[in-house]
Amino acid sequence: MSQATKTEPKEALFSKKNIKILKDPLNESNPVTVQVLGICSSLAITVKLEPALVMGVSVLVVTAFANLITSLLRNLIPNRIRIIVQLVIVAALVIVVDQVLKAYVYDVSKQLSVFVGLIITNCILMGRIEAFALANTPWKAFLDGIGNGVAFTGVLVIVAFFRELLGAGQLFGIQIIPDSWYLDNGGWYSNNGLMLLPPMALIVMAVLIWVQRAKFRQLIEN
Amino acid sequence: MNVNSNSYTYLFSVVMVVFVAVLLSVAALSLKPAQELNIQKEKKQEILQSLGMEISRDDADAAFDTYITEQLVLKGGQIEANPETPAFDIKMADVLAKPMDEREVPLFIAERDGKIFYIIPVRGKGLWGPIWGYVSILSDGYTIAGATFGHKSETPGLGAEISTPVFTDQFPGKKLAVNGAYQSISVRKGDAAGDHQVDGISGGTITSVGVESMLNDCLQPYMSFLFSRSSVLSAPEGAALSDSLISVL
Repeated sequence: MSQATKTEPKEALFSKKNIKILKDPLNESNPVTVQVLGICSSLAITVKLEPALVMGVSVLVVTAFANLITSLLRNLIPNRIRIIVQLVIVAALVIVVDQVLKAYVYDVSKQLSVFVGLIITNCILMGRIEAFALANTPWKAFLDGIGNGVAFTGVLVIVAFFRELLGAGQLFGIQIIPDSWYLDNGGWYSNNGLMLLPPMALIVMAVLIWVQRAKFRQLIEN
Repeated sequence: MNVNSNSYTYLFSVVMVVFVAVLLSVAALSLKPAQELNIQKEKKQEILQSLGMEISRDDADAAFDTYITEQLVLKGGQIEANPETPAFDIKMADVLAKPMDEREVPLFIAERDGKIFYIIPVRGKGLWGPIWGYVSILSDGYTIAGATFGHKSETPGLGAEISTPVFTDQFPGKKLAVNGAYQSISVRKGDAAGDHQVDGISGGTITSVGVESMLNDCLQPYMSFLFSRSSVLSAPEGAALSDSLISVL
């Protein structure tokens, strides 16, 4: 073997391949709208924008670091207990995140309440670890985690935008629909209370999937 | 090294469990003081909020010392001179676990602009977890001056609305007594009227019902004490009297 074949040229941190890893989840392999993972939390916490955004960011942090840690350990993890190991990594990270939030950003942690704990059960995490982190180098796994986290956050924010605007007339808790429009004040407008209920999250999500597939026809299954 | 052998698998699990356990214990223990400080300050904030005061978490300690003049512990309607726990440290969850006649309940007395307020902590069950709050009562012993509610995990936009002004602003001026006898506040579906009713939250029925029974259960132990301290009469008589009190507010 010659020296040349032994040393591969070092890949740049943001090579084309790595950028693709980062960008793919945003559209073509979006974890929520294409792979339909992490649906439960997408439906549960999209009533308002603010908690949706904070939840998205928390998931982003956990996905990125769970991917990174799993990838670092990927050659050491016994195959037969790998799911358990992955769960432990995710659960430990989530608990640490929860504790840190409680100690230093108490208000944010109060907003997320039970949903921080529910990050553990988010299928995107296990999906990415199992499908990607176990077979790739740490940096790639980290980028993949960030890409998927951003994609998840994006979907949450879009759904929460419509639900908060149409359901409560607000965005980030700030009144957007003018008060004078409301029936109570002699206007013609009324909030759609249905938007605040879980079924509408499902319908908004379905419309989002529809729009995405209408635009990117290669995503349509046979 | 064969990572799939039995002995390696055992070794890996043991090391992993010990490592994670140590990590989490260290994290929990080292962050605990900061977390408890937050919780204490929040409690002071909530107590003052029931007086209609919006105080930032950083100012809560100083404001609490300024406005709260007395912290009492009541047992069976009497002041308990030697309480098991100081009033501020009493956890309502522990109190509610005891039978009614053994309960030692905390009462905070505040003075603001020369007026006396009695502040009562309440706690009950929502849909997903505990709900709690503070109710402040005027010196007549039965007119509500303000209320604030918190919750652990009620649904955002539905049950969680109990902690917003839309819900809490209904409480000031409501009465806890009819002809000298205790009557709590009931939570109605859209047809609230009079001195003893407030409107619930649409889509948050179970939380609203939780608020109703929380108020009913938690205010009752204080009533004989508050009536006996009433600045007006030992027994409230009629609406004319209480209307004059609202205008004082």
